[in-house]
Amino acid sequence: MVTGAGARLRAVYVACAMAAVPTTTPTTAPLRSGRRRIGDRVGDGALRTITALAALAVVVLLGAIVYKILHLAHSAWSTYGLHFVTAKTWDPVHKAFGALPFIYGTAISSLIALLISAPLAIGIALYLTELAPKGVRGVVGSLIEMLAAIPSVVLGLWGILVLGPFLANHLEPWLHRKLGFIGIFGAPEATGTGLFTAGLILTIMVVPIVASICRELFMQVPADLEEGALALGTTRWEMIRGVTLPATRSGIAAALILGLGRALGEAIAVTQVIGGGTRITNNVFGPGDTLASKIAASYQGAASSLEQSSLLYLGALLLIIGLVVNLVAQVIVRRFDPLREAR
Amino acid sequence: MAVAAERISLRATGRSRRRLRLNRVMEGVAVLAASVALAALGIVVVSVVVRAWPALHVSLFTQTPNLFGGPGGGISSAIVGSALIVAMATGMALPVGVLAAIFMTEFARPRVAAAIQLFLDVLNGVPTIVTGIFVYGLLVIGHLQSAYAGAFALAVVMLPLVARATQEVLLLVPNTLREASLALGVSRWRTVVGVIIPTTLGGILTGTVIAMARAAGETAPLLFTCSIFAPAVSTDVTHALPNIPVLIFTYSEQPDPALHQQAWAAALVLMAFILITSLTARGLLARSRRKLTHG
Repeated sequence: MVTGAGARLRAVYVACAMAAVPTTTPTTAPLRSGRRRIGDRVGDGALRTITALAALAVVVLLGAIVYKILHLAHSAWSTYGLHFVTAKTWDPVHKAFGALPFIYGTAISSLIALLISAPLAIGIALYLTELAPKGVRGVVGSLIEMLAAIPSVVLGLWGILVLGPFLANHLEPWLHRKLGFIGIFGAPEATGTGLFTAGLILTIMVVPIVASICRELFMQVPADLEEGALALGTTRWEMIRGVTLPATRSGIAAALILGLGRALGEAIAVTQVIGGGTRITNNVFGPGDTLASKIAASYQGAASSLEQSSLLYLGALLLIIGLVVNLVAQVIVRRFDPLREAR
Repeated sequence: MAVAAERISLRATGRSRRRLRLNRVMEGVAVLAASVALAALGIVVVSVVVRAWPALHVSLFTQTPNLFGGPGGGISSAIVGSALIVAMATGMALPVGVLAAIFMTEFARPRVAAAIQLFLDVLNGVPTIVTGIFVYGLLVIGHLQSAYAGAFALAVVMLPLVARATQEVLLLVPNTLREASLALGVSRWRTVVGVIIPTTLGGILTGTVIAMARAAGETAPLLFTCSIFAPAVSTDVTHALPNIPVLIFTYSEQPDPALHQQAWAAALVLMAFILITSLTARGLLARSRRKLTHG
């Protein structure tokens, strides 16, 4: 039964929809439209060319970035060659430069971020897809996406002025006392800046990214498979462990690699909280620097042209690592379709 | 009698009880994970608001920074600079991004489209500090830092976001709409300009606004291209303009608490801008998506 008012409303809606989709009225006398046909052909060709150029610009841009960065790093490359990657000192006074402390710092801070954010993000995604009531789901989902929208510089500001002092006064001394014997929880810095703080800030940046990808993956798992498991009498956790996670395994891996790419490349927030150091230390509370943060920290200018060129070499290393990580993640995403894998 | 009733109790025992308990624990872990993330968001937002509150005066938006630090002063020049730089970046990224997306969905063969999509995704993954160095090498070496160099760097960050968002809405356009237009004898380009773009305008704008919100908070691309301290309000885009992200970054590295307070205030302004724009964009997107799928 459609009431009169409802029908009228629908008619209005249809009219609106039609108005919203402007139709190009074909001109009359279609048979004598040779001129228009030429115009169409020119227009088609022009639009195709312009859009193709724009698409080409994307490709050229990526190529130009790679070329330019490698070109900028060339001078340090010709001085040090590949030895730069394994050299342990960064000493502007004696003009000895090596990338290893920063590669180490990048690896440790990203590893901390990944270790914490992997269970967290997967837990969040499972909560959002399997547990949360419908009304809560949307709200919590958008709040977590909001976390991704916080600019890194603001997170860094928070990290240096709020999180750092808190860690230095509470968490780090406690971990040092209780777990100091392992060796990685050394004496904390008074300011709370260091690799661990950087790892935590990176965690905040990585979690929403990984969680939102995992959420989409979990939603794509066919409902009949999950329901089949439940119908066999599994608990919800057994269903997740037996069906959902195996079906999305490679997707989760890709999501984590994308998160890793984000953590590797973050410069600003890390510079603010990592303390800045060029020594390789096994104390996670100690200061350090990542490839990206070293570059950002030195933005006000290097003392010598060799130092500047070495910084650009760091940039080239960062670009190469970033490209490889992203490419791997994209290939996994494209290669493995959760639907196909589940069947 | 009571004994018999107890014997057929439905309470799970033994193995099944253990399974249920594990299930309960794991569900608890998932809820905990979500709460931790929400708590992190809450703590960050609350600390920014609380610390920025004392600095929130009209003067924040009308005055320029004090030359020698100390309390007072405002961030008006940084707001103007940021607005200009982001506007210019949008002007560069929007046309290229939309056109590239149109090529991918309307003209390119599937394999070509997939290749370009891969390039966009990889471009999106380039560390933003590397983008900064790239533009530094391209436009700043041999010249000076300038607002347009900064805008170009931000445009490189925005381009893949705009292009991918546009591509996704273009893919939502029902094929029947395209076919109807073509069947009426309308040429391809007029179909694109007259039918496809107007129907997806909402989605394209949404993607652009989200990319703008992201670009407004980016610091790394601006460090090497547009970060020289310049306190005065200026609209001269051939010189470095002060901007909010770099201001927050430099102030956060200073020991002066008055500058920290300015940084918190600037952070609040930035976050409010990002929150408002992305919320409106999300609302718009939901509406235009409904229109596309059910309209």
